[in-house]
Amino acid sequence: MPNATYMMLIVLLPLLSFLIMGLFGRTYLKNTAGIISTCLSFLSTCLAFYTAYGYFFEYGKINGVYQKLIPFNYLWLAFSEGLSINMGILLDPITAMMLVVVTLISLMVHIYSLGYLKGEERFPTYYAFLGLFTFSMLGLVVASNIFQIYIFWELVGVSSFLLIGYYYEKPSAVAACKKAFIVTRFADLGFLIGILVLSFYAGTLDFNTLIQRLTSPESNELKSALAASFLGISALTWGMILVFVGGAGKSAMFPLHIWLPDAMEGPTPVSALIHAATMVVAGVFLVARLFPIFAISAPDALEIVAYVGAISALFAAIIACTQTDIKRVLAFSTMSQIGFMMFALGVSKYGGEEGLGYTASMFHLFTHALFKALLFLGAGAVIHYVHSNNMKDMGGLRKQLPITHFTFLIACLAISGVPPFAGFFSKEEILLAAFQHNQTIYWMALITSGLTAFYMFRLYFSIFWNKSYHPHHEDEHGHHGEGGFVMMMPLVLLSVGACLAGFIPFGKFVSSDGTALVSEFHLQFSIAPVALGLTGIFTALFLYKTENDKPDKMASTLRALYQIAYHKFYIDEIYLFITQKILFNCIGKPAAWFDKNVVDGLVNATGNTTQVLSEKIKKIQSGKVQEYAVYFLVGVFGLAMVFIYMWK
Amino acid sequence: MNLLLLILIPLLTAVAVFMMQNNNQVRWIAFFGSAIQLILSLGLYVVYTNARNHGDTAQMLFEQNMPLFKSWNINLHLGVDGISVAMIMLTAFVVVAGVLMSWKMEKMTKEFYFLLILLSMGAYGFFISLDLFVLFFFLEIAVIPKYLLIGVWGSGKKEYSANKLALMLMTGSALVLVGMFILYFGGGKSFDILQLAQTTIPTWTQHICFPLLFVGFGVFTALFPFHTWVPDGHSSAPTAGSMFLAGISMKLGGYGCLRVATYLLPEGAKEYANIILLLSAIAILYGAFATMMQKDLKYINAYSSISHCGFVLLGIGMLTKVAITGAIMQMVSHGLMTALFFAVIGIIYERTHTRQVNEMGGLLKVMPFTITLLFIVGLCSLGLPGLSGFVAEMTVFVGSWENPDTFHRIVTVAGCMSIVVTAVYILRAIGKTAMGPLKEEYNNLSDAAWHEKLATIILLVGIIAIGVAPFWLNDLVSPGAELIMQKIQMAK
Amino acid sequence: MEPGLYHLLFISAALFFIGVYGFLTRRNLIAMLMSIELILNSVNLNFIAFNKYVWADKLDGLFFTIFVIAIAAAEAAVAIAIIINLTKNFQSIDVEETEEMKY
Repeated sequence: MPNATYMMLIVLLPLLSFLIMGLFGRTYLKNTAGIISTCLSFLSTCLAFYTAYGYFFEYGKINGVYQKLIPFNYLWLAFSEGLSINMGILLDPITAMMLVVVTLISLMVHIYSLGYLKGEERFPTYYAFLGLFTFSMLGLVVASNIFQIYIFWELVGVSSFLLIGYYYEKPSAVAACKKAFIVTRFADLGFLIGILVLSFYAGTLDFNTLIQRLTSPESNELKSALAASFLGISALTWGMILVFVGGAGKSAMFPLHIWLPDAMEGPTPVSALIHAATMVVAGVFLVARLFPIFAISAPDALEIVAYVGAISALFAAIIACTQTDIKRVLAFSTMSQIGFMMFALGVSKYGGEEGLGYTASMFHLFTHALFKALLFLGAGAVIHYVHSNNMKDMGGLRKQLPITHFTFLIACLAISGVPPFAGFFSKEEILLAAFQHNQTIYWMALITSGLTAFYMFRLYFSIFWNKSYHPHHEDEHGHHGEGGFVMMMPLVLLSVGACLAGFIPFGKFVSSDGTALVSEFHLQFSIAPVALGLTGIFTALFLYKTENDKPDKMASTLRALYQIAYHKFYIDEIYLFITQKILFNCIGKPAAWFDKNVVDGLVNATGNTTQVLSEKIKKIQSGKVQEYAVYFLVGVFGLAMVFIYMWK
Repeated sequence: MNLLLLILIPLLTAVAVFMMQNNNQVRWIAFFGSAIQLILSLGLYVVYTNARNHGDTAQMLFEQNMPLFKSWNINLHLGVDGISVAMIMLTAFVVVAGVLMSWKMEKMTKEFYFLLILLSMGAYGFFISLDLFVLFFFLEIAVIPKYLLIGVWGSGKKEYSANKLALMLMTGSALVLVGMFILYFGGGKSFDILQLAQTTIPTWTQHICFPLLFVGFGVFTALFPFHTWVPDGHSSAPTAGSMFLAGISMKLGGYGCLRVATYLLPEGAKEYANIILLLSAIAILYGAFATMMQKDLKYINAYSSISHCGFVLLGIGMLTKVAITGAIMQMVSHGLMTALFFAVIGIIYERTHTRQVNEMGGLLKVMPFTITLLFIVGLCSLGLPGLSGFVAEMTVFVGSWENPDTFHRIVTVAGCMSIVVTAVYILRAIGKTAMGPLKEEYNNLSDAAWHEKLATIILLVGIIAIGVAPFWLNDLVSPGAELIMQKIQMAK
Repeated sequence: MEPGLYHLLFISAALFFIGVYGFLTRRNLIAMLMSIELILNSVNLNFIAFNKYVWADKLDGLFFTIFVIAIAAAEAAVAIAIIINLTKNFQSIDVEETEEMKY
């Protein structure tokens, strides 16, 4: 059995880092904050590797099937007999894999930030937030209870908010962090309602019980969930769709993706960690976690997952071709790759060979984390050097930044799906799965992968080749090289990963039902994607290798299309219209007006009426004794009359 | 444990405060008095849970019953269950923090502290009394000092606000009084809550009484559309006044709605549940949307209180055990949270001399401690896990969802939607106040002083204690909610 | 003709209404005070008349009359004190001018 203490330590060490840095960092640990946090992160990483090793090779497999183990479970909040939020640890193949990914990338980012953010005033705060994020993300992946996942889901959201807003004095960063939080929050609303729906029908919040109850055809819970319907769709499907809305928000799926490009306002290592490798795949993880229910009981919801994924992939790839901010290109590429993972899950079935998509999705999640983190960290090194995010300020940097250049190239090759780099293997599996189950999605994916190669190499050539580099502010800061050992080491380590990760026999470890899945390599199948990828690369080479006016010409020929893609299909503007014009002007303002004038007006009107009335009747109180005497007499006579004539 | 202590200590403190010679003595006496009360309330929690763990299953513990006015059958009947213990602890936390936050009050210090302590006595008495008449007496004690606190020590259009608050709350009290008497004559000439709970009250009495009592108490807890005292009252009150108002007074109403209206008149509650739900759903969403347009920090928090207190009424109206538990947790959570929010606003206001969010910016740089708290309390308000707001709201939602019909579902979804709107206004407020470029004139602002730090940390401890480990609060209040539910289920 | 109860009651009623009329129409405080005395004496007359003609064997009416006379005396003293004070303040004993105590 796994060691529960170790597993808890994996999660709690980053929390410790957060607490130490948050409470004492600013006053006592100004210089040592980074080192202490990195050490804690390192410990956590070691334990994660140890646990994953133990799980995959020692105790995880029983009779050839990977088990879902629960080494730790604590009753946190009991609602009713069946429903309770437990804080627990659920260890299964995807958890083990995610533990490795999260701790590893987090460690790399911890190390990298030592160099990248050196001398920042809020250095300890930064590490505190990193710790908080890592803690929440780890808590999310080990969650054994759907409400636990929601709790950590919110926590990663807030740590992402804090880190995007790290440069809080920059108005654009403030706007971006608010946007990120609110958009994902909106999606979480769906998630929350989804949880409520599922918990109502399943009568439990615990993952294992939930999956078991909602997948076995004879269970009463499943029957009632399928029987109840709303707008002609079964309650279960609604629940799963709503849960997926949450996942789509966090994973920046169309149309809830608008926060991701703006989130690039955060420090670049943060983008690598949160907005590339870990947090944004939480949505994929969530769908994978509930995959049996999706696949067995709610195939309609899974179909939606597939199409949303495929559309997002293609949509983001088109936009990425036109962006000039390197981090935004990477952001859209992330969105596109997550789209790949999503639709891979979407086209998958449960169990055996049919579950190829599931394995492929997780595989891609794994490799993508490595090469996308690498790309971001590389971009960070470039930005650190150039002090600009814009492609136009770059060019010819291969001489100045040799290591970055080399590792960036590897990452670009990996993401473009060139053999034998990691991305090739995972993407092939995804395409194969799509090919087997859904031709439409397969063709969309194929086009996307061609576009991916194109925009990645457009980025690569624009940064490292094209024109030669002329620094603008040379006199101000001088040359500080590539950023030293701490920044280069993670790049090198990750590039090794990006080269070799593809050779891991992933299907053996991670599959939809826990049994080993041997993926075969189909040579003739991979010809098309690779050829398309190479075409993309050569197109980029032709257009961007040297400085020329071909790209501009192309842009002006395809003017309309280019403009639309450049403006990200105006989705942001639509959102802005909805929030500013409709939400604020049509609901917020009338509500405030109504409160001030109608509701409060009524209260004041009551007061005023009383006042006016008293103004009227106070005249009786004239101060003239004789008038009072008259009233008195009239009263007495009146009463006397009553007594004499009416009282019978 | 003798519950009379809970009333006597504030009373003695108030008297002692009145006899002190200088301001310094007044402050320290008030602080010690409230600190003893805090320790006492924590002790009460320990003793209470101990008794429960040892199998004491009586509905109320530490009961005392002495006749006050025989011919009317009015008794000083005291006793606590988990719900009251939770509310007493909330009161104790808020009172200590409020006393500390007023440390620099120079205008008529003695009278100010006297009223604060008197008000707290009213609240304690309210939560422990089991006799409607005594309950009403303490309710009034908790209301009247507020008129003076706002009218004398307030800011802005304080006379208007004080009048409005006092009149609206008095209207509420009047309704309660009428309802109480109808109940008295309809339910066998007794004011005793436990006795009334045993007697069967005729259906028509319930149908008349329930709206009177519920609306009467509802005014206190910002029941739509009787909520307009909230924004004006809160924004004009001094910092400690706002803290008490939002942290304690609004909870008196919620507690009354639950303990008196719903518990004693279950048939009435069933009859009017849908109206309550409708009103509270409106309050939740409408309060949230109205908050979005506010520019004054205190108004923002006041309107958000309307929205948050909507959850209390929503939970009660849902008539399920989990939802009622959630409503109580929301009362405790909101009390702590909103008191902390007002404390933070008070700290900021004292330094910037403005509460307009547009006039601030980048304050994180100069007052890191205060603004970190602003972040935390804002996040608590929008329901971040790990802080108390999340636990309470989720309990209400889960409980609400237990009602399977469409109407309840729609109301619940409407309630859920507020978490997004809340995020919008909270982030907007925080973004404008704390983030962005720092204004020139704020360059030399100082961070919180020791008493402010202590006050806020005390409240923060409460918030985190509920947020990180909600099980203790849940265990404390859910048996009480269970009893109320049993009564409701037995009713027709 | 022997004067009977009805005659006395008639006189008393006449006295009473004269008093009331005086109280309501006179603007002079002293005159008003005198009107009040008339009213009180009409009451006294009533007491005595009823005592004599209805319960001749009892003395209650007489006692009450004595009480009323005593109270009337005290009242007159207080009233005159008030009137003196008013005169000091307003330089007048006209009720129309002493209407400070209003809204």
